[in-house]
Amino acid sequence: MRAILTLAVKSAWARRLTLGVTLCAIALASALLFAVERVRHDARQSFTQAVSGVDLVVGARSGSVQLMLYAVFRAGSATHNIRWESFEAIATHPAVDWAVPLVLGDSHRGFAVLGTTPDYFRHFRYSDQRALGFAAGQAFADVFETVLGSAVAAELRLEVGDRITLTHGMAEAGPGHDDKPFTVVGILAPTGTPVDRSVHVNLESISAIHLDWVAGAPLPGLAIPAEFVKKFDLQPKEITAFLVGLKNRADVFRLQRHINGYRGEPLMAVMPGVALDELWQTLGMIEQTLLAMSALVVVIGLAGLLATMLASLNERRRELAILRALGASPRELFLLLTAEGLLVTTLGVAFGLGLLAVGTFFFAPLLQAHFGIILQWRLFAPNEWLLLAAILATGLVASLIPGWRAWRMSLADGLTPRN
Amino acid sequence: MFLDGRMTALSIVNLVYRWPRQQAVCLDIPRFDIAAGEHVFLHGPSGGGKSTLLGLLGGVAVPERGSIELLGSDITRLSGHSRDRFRADHIGFIFQQFNLLPWLSALDNVLLPCTFSARRLTRAGTAREAATRLLTHLDLAADAWHKPAGELSVGQQQRVAAARALIGRPEILIADEPTSALDAPRQQIFIDLLLAEAKAEGAALLFVSHDERLAAHFDRKIALCDINRAGTIEP
Ligand SMILES: Nc1ncnc2c1ncn2[C@@H]1O[C@H](COP(=O)(O)OP(=O)(O)O)[C@@H](O)[C@H]1O
Ligand SMILES: [Mg+2]
Repeated sequence: MRAILTLAVKSAWARRLTLGVTLCAIALASALLFAVERVRHDARQSFTQAVSGVDLVVGARSGSVQLMLYAVFRAGSATHNIRWESFEAIATHPAVDWAVPLVLGDSHRGFAVLGTTPDYFRHFRYSDQRALGFAAGQAFADVFETVLGSAVAAELRLEVGDRITLTHGMAEAGPGHDDKPFTVVGILAPTGTPVDRSVHVNLESISAIHLDWVAGAPLPGLAIPAEFVKKFDLQPKEITAFLVGLKNRADVFRLQRHINGYRGEPLMAVMPGVALDELWQTLGMIEQTLLAMSALVVVIGLAGLLATMLASLNERRRELAILRALGASPRELFLLLTAEGLLVTTLGVAFGLGLLAVGTFFFAPLLQAHFGIILQWRLFAPNEWLLLAAILATGLVASLIPGWRAWRMSLADGLTPRN
Repeated sequence: MFLDGRMTALSIVNLVYRWPRQQAVCLDIPRFDIAAGEHVFLHGPSGGGKSTLLGLLGGVAVPERGSIELLGSDITRLSGHSRDRFRADHIGFIFQQFNLLPWLSALDNVLLPCTFSARRLTRAGTAREAATRLLTHLDLAADAWHKPAGELSVGQQQRVAAARALIGRPEILIADEPTSALDAPRQQIFIDLLLAEAKAEGAALLFVSHDERLAAHFDRKIALCDINRAGTIEP
């Protein structure tokens, strides 16, 4: 038995070129399948957990999905801003309990900067009505103070008291606001939502760093030092979006109609739950199709293994007879072929998982930036164990077939194969 | 059990064999014995059933009737697994061609029986030494030992195959037309080397060939048709 397994490894090594190609196919296929499953799982997680306790999200009129993406998931950007007067008009509507303005557009080393008010930390809810908590420090109270999401602090190794500078736009190498550094005054507890990857500052700070800017570029020859910004009116004239909480949830449709018909400018209000469902329905279809397709790719990879092994079996008929003469039983020859197939499958899947790890490392930031999906670094989830078992089981079936053929062949051939 | 006062290596009584799904009986051998250490040359035309007989002796096929006693045990009464073990422990095979696993070195091919049979590993002593000694005796140059077997010439391959059959001193050697792939001058050289080693190890040898001219140095020469009644009945 041990002799046979050792031979299985050696014989596989002898045919490493053909088997290597098959192995690569299996590796790529399983990496694809795991990636799709992981993105699917994490997307669902990201979308369902990202926001709760907010009755309406309001922005310039566009698509509801687009509004959700930039306002909640920090993905993409708004085509238009909304005027501060519009915000005030709706914030003071009698049905409104609270309203929190949001300004987006700057970044710090690839992390989105969110300009808002301290109320954000009080009213924002995620997951199951959970409030934001501080792991260190407290909310900002003044200009040039910032509160970091947990992932920002962890990845950039920042602590309360550190100073950071912001960049205009989302590109890491965009034009800078280096002349006006911010002090970290608080770090939020982890939430598993886009909040973790946001840098929070107050609205006045956003106005302050753009005082000497016009149309997205610094004004040449004009530089207003940080000490002097308070002499200016820092009330923002425009914001990107705002979140609304109602006194009575029953008013939600009435207020939504009111906002959508607002005369001052074209606005749109969406209910996060409804918009997320809509988003999910679009994605759910794609997601199912992708999953089915990548499962098919894995099956094709394993079919390649089967084909390679069956083709090699004819050349190896002689080898099987030699092993038989040396005392190998038909059962052991069955084992030889099956072990070889399983070895290739297992190595293939292992390489695939390696590829997945590397891929996650490189693509997670892209997924976050463009789709708001947060890929979690974690060990295998239960459904992934299931997937792994399914791949290995299919590989086993694919390997049993050449094994069975070898068994039949050795019984028919005895010691002298007739070709 | 005994033949001319010597213990028998092989003793066949009333053996009948028919290939599956075939009408005609292929072998019908009332009696055939080989003494321990005896070197027998068995000849007959192609398709006469020589290889079939060797398969029965190796225990990869089971006769319809009759007994095959090897070294005192009737292998027709053993289970398939025990027959495989018996073959690994007591029989060394050499075939016409392609005897070796082409992706193993010559030396590793010779050592294979020791990985399949603990008995042969023990009897070989230091297996590597035994292998190199056999290869030396069989005239295989040392620079060929570590080459992949697939790269050796046919003549070299047959000598490696002989060394593999001999390692661990099995009591029975079975050679099925081992010289057919060699050119005429090398045939006799190979046979002499094989006979000398078989003698040195004290193994019985059943050498099968369709070519009667090679029988010169054997203890005994037999035609299959003399012991096989099935062949004579055919029209
Ligand atoms: N694997 C097999 N299946 C069915 N019939 C076989 C098989 N091998 C050999 N035979 C038949 O047995 C007969 C004897 O063949 P074989 O033992 O190979 O003869 P030899 O070795 O003397 O040339 C042949 O007629 C052949 O048709
Ligand atoms: Mg033959």
